[in-house]
Amino acid sequence: MGCAANLNLAAFCQQILVGLSKTTILFIVSSGLSLVLGVLRIPNLAHGSLYMIGAFLTYSLALLFGGGGLGFWLALLLSPLCVALAGLLMERGLFRHLYEREHLMLLLFTFSFTLVFGDLVKLVWGSEYRSLPLPSFFQGSIETFGLPFPKYNLFLLAVGPLVAAGLWYLTNRTAIGKIARAAAVDREMVGAIGINVSLVFCAVFVIGCFLAGFGGALVAPTQNITQGMDHGIIMETFLIVIIGGLGNIWGALLGALIFGLTDAIGILLLPQYAIVFPYLAVIIVLTFRPNGLLKSTW
Amino acid sequence: MFVTGLLATSLNMVLGFGGMYQFGHAVFYGVGAYTLALFLTKTDLPPWIGFLAAPLVAAGFSLVIGLICVRLSKLYFGMLQISLGSLVWAITFRWYSLTGGDDGINGIPLPELISSTTGAYYCTLAMVLVSLLVMFCITRSTFGRIFLGIRDNPERSASIGINVKAHQLVGMVIAGFFAGVAGSLFVVVEGSVFPDLMFWTLSLEILIMCLLGGWFTFLGPMAGAAIIVAMQTFVGSYTEYWTMILGIVLMLAIFFLPEGVLGFLLEKLAIRSTTGTGD
Repeated sequence: MGCAANLNLAAFCQQILVGLSKTTILFIVSSGLSLVLGVLRIPNLAHGSLYMIGAFLTYSLALLFGGGGLGFWLALLLSPLCVALAGLLMERGLFRHLYEREHLMLLLFTFSFTLVFGDLVKLVWGSEYRSLPLPSFFQGSIETFGLPFPKYNLFLLAVGPLVAAGLWYLTNRTAIGKIARAAAVDREMVGAIGINVSLVFCAVFVIGCFLAGFGGALVAPTQNITQGMDHGIIMETFLIVIIGGLGNIWGALLGALIFGLTDAIGILLLPQYAIVFPYLAVIIVLTFRPNGLLKSTW
Repeated sequence: MFVTGLLATSLNMVLGFGGMYQFGHAVFYGVGAYTLALFLTKTDLPPWIGFLAAPLVAAGFSLVIGLICVRLSKLYFGMLQISLGSLVWAITFRWYSLTGGDDGINGIPLPELISSTTGAYYCTLAMVLVSLLVMFCITRSTFGRIFLGIRDNPERSASIGINVKAHQLVGMVIAGFFAGVAGSLFVVVEGSVFPDLMFWTLSLEILIMCLLGGWFTFLGPMAGAAIIVAMQTFVGSYTEYWTMILGIVLMLAIFFLPEGVLGFLLEKLAIRSTTGTGD
């Protein structure tokens, strides 16, 4: 009896850890979305597509570099950079001209990007599933709570706090971060004191896209890379950003935690309806805190 | 196309005329479709009860979701609606015993009158026309005027004693009702239902129809639906990458035609009639 209880507790902790490594990915992607939303006020639905492209690029680049450990690291670095470059082109070419438009228009504009990117991925990679094998040093698992825990998830657990710290440093300690935060509150004033707001916006958008690509790169070895993976993630990250408070990075972290953990616990309680739990959490949060948990920049 | 057009028009009741970001409209469509489908497959009640129940159940969902959402504004409103919609979608997707899960319900037995293609066609056409007429009357009624006022200036409407939230809620219920009608017509046309009818991408697709056609005009969504369905048929027959074309067309439209196609045309006509040159 006692043994069974221990085992359940172990399974519970295990599941929490798995949930936390999912949280890492969610946090990285939604922090990028949150930046773009908070500073540029673009509800960027194409963010999920960039994530998907990041995953596909990681797959292709890792194979291009021989599929070994070195190739994996290179792909992990290069594919977010490629996505960031795409973001640069998008921002300078198109979004720059649309900042004054209504949010609804911007939302649909980015939605049309998801349509284009969706077909672009189909054109380049075809429509079958891809899966990227883990490099040898990430294969296997270690014992936690008496149950095996994949090594790669441990790596994810380490990356999450690193990204959070990096973003904190960027927004609180660097000039561009401070300008971006100021521009989020009052862009005219920032422009009036002689700062090129347009460039700051561009930088923020590119960083946001980089984070989307990075999330995609990290997720690539853990699941099938498919067309349509953009639909799932964009909804999740949007809800995370909303429940955390629009434009608030810590809100994104908190929201990702809520999402990742309710998902993990949901799988334990009612496996068949597990996908329902995160949405329930969102509804509960928004019923009591309609503007999100933390202060929004909007 | 008529069904989608009706759906888009019902969305525009709250979007264009109420200024509300209804991002989860497809849910009411799906609920309407499932209600009728369940009535026809699981009960022995006469079919007309199912046809009556579909819009009513959809309106009921609309009321519940509206009660939760209506306190919020703009983007928050829309996102809460999407999450509630995703909840309904997820349950539909997993509740195999009732909804058939991801397979949906196929081979729904239709009443004799509308089981033939022409019967279904005329029935759909009639229902769509009647619904459009009713919706048009609603937009012209006092309620419709108040609704426009709320869209343009919620604070001022509140200050002259209008209960803004209650009107928005009623607007949502009306929109949900007609989305339910559209849903039941989908069953008539297709003879099947599946969870994707409620998925948020469909909600955004109908939003696009409203914007593309012109969301400040009554018939704009109908025009938008016609354009998109026509594109799907023609471009789709040439290339499997038709959504990419759609995306590009949409971007161009947002860039150059912010009022939508019909809005743009009406504006041109208005300029011509006022200046009187009309070359």
